Amino acid sequence: MDLSWMAWTWPTALFFIVIVCMLLGMAFWEYKSPGGAPRVGVLRIETTRGDRLFISLLGSAYIHIAWLGLTNLSLWWALALSLIYAFCVFRYV
Amino acid sequence: MGKTWNNKAWFMVLPAFIVVALSAIIPMMTVVNYSVQDTFGNNEFFWAGTDWFKEVLASERFWGALGRNFAFSVIILLIEIPLGVFIALNMPRKGWTVSLCLVVMAMPLLIPWNVVGTIFLLILRTDIGLVGYAIDSLGIPFRYVGNPRDAWITVVAMDVWHWTSLVALLAYAGLVSIPDAYYQAARIDGASRFSVFRYIQLPKMKRVLLIAFLLRFMDSFMIYTEPFVATGGGPGTSTTFLSVDLVKIAVGQFDLGPAAAMSIIYFLIILLLSWIFYTVMTRNDENA
Repeated sequence: MDLSWMAWTWPTALFFIVIVCMLLGMAFWEYKSPGGAPRVGVLRIETTRGDRLFISLLGSAYIHIAWLGLTNLSLWWALALSLIYAFCVFRYV
Repeated sequence: MGKTWNNKAWFMVLPAFIVVALSAIIPMMTVVNYSVQDTFGNNEFFWAGTDWFKEVLASERFWGALGRNFAFSVIILLIEIPLGVFIALNMPRKGWTVSLCLVVMAMPLLIPWNVVGTIFLLILRTDIGLVGYAIDSLGIPFRYVGNPRDAWITVVAMDVWHWTSLVALLAYAGLVSIPDAYYQAARIDGASRFSVFRYIQLPKMKRVLLIAFLLRFMDSFMIYTEPFVATGGGPGTSTTFLSVDLVKIAVGQFDLGPAAAMSIIYFLIILLLSWIFYTVMTRNDENA
C-alpha cells in the first residue's frame, strides 16, 4: 500500500507513536484499576483519568502554540512546561 | 455478588472505530504531516519544521478571519436564540395548526446550505429579486457585493433564516414538556405573563436552549457554504471566515503547509470550545 501521499516524517511518526503509547498505557491502567478513578478537583468538575489525559494533551497543544506565537525560544522548553502542566493536571484536577 | 466484566462488547465498537479512523484519524494525521513540510506538488515534500505555525500565528489574515468567525457566531446567537424562543412562545399548542406550524418551521432546515446562498442571491437582485427590488424602490442603497456592512447583513440574514427554526423547535419541545399544573399554580398566584416566562418557562427550557446554543455556536463557527456562495468572502476580506480562508489557501493557492498549520489551530480552537460546552452540558444534566 502506497502511503506516500500521507507524507510521513520521523518526527510526526514519533509524535503519533507517543500518543498511541499513551492510549495503550491508559487502557492498561484501566484494566489494572477499573472505574477511571473519578474525582472532583480544582476545576470543580468530576474527571476520570481519561479526562485528565485529554485536558493535559489539549493544554499541552495550547502551550506549544502559544510558545511558537510568543517566543523564539526552543520548543523543548514548551515540552518541559507541558510535562509540568500534565503532572499538575493529574495531581490536582 | 460481584459484577461480571465482559470485555467482548468492545468488539461492537470496532466498526465505528474503523469508520472514524478512515474518515477522521488518517486525514488528521496527514494534516499534521503536511503542517511541518512544504510541497510544490508531485508528492515531493520538504521539511519546514514549525515555520508554518509561526507564519500563521503572526499573520493578520488569520487573526482577522478568526475575529470575524467569533463576531459572526456572537451576532447570530444574539439574534437566533431570543428570536427562536419568541417564535416558540407564540406557536400553537393545540389543534391542527400545531402540525402545520411544525412543518413550516422545519422547512428551512431541509434546504441545503448552497441553495440558501443561491436563494438569497436571487431575492436580493434588484431586477428580479423581490427583496432587492423593494429595498431599491425605497431608495436604500444595498450592495452586498460592494459594501462590507451589506455583505454582513446578507450573511447574517441567511443564517438567521436558515437556522432560527432549529432554536424555535428545540424551545418548543421544551415548552410542551412543561406540565399544566405549573401554569395552573401560576394562575392561582396571579403571576404575570413575564413572571410565568421568567420563573417557569425559561428554567424548563434551559437544557434545550443550552443544546441549541451549542449546536448553533459550533455550526456558525464552521460556516463556509453560505458566504462562499453569496459573497465569496468579500468584498475584500470582510466576510472571509476561517473555513473560507482555509479553502482559499489550500485549494486556491495550493499552500498545503500553511493551510495544514491553520487547520490544526482551527481544530484546537473547536476542540477546546466543544470540551467546554460538553462539560457545561453534562454538569447541567447532573444538577438537573
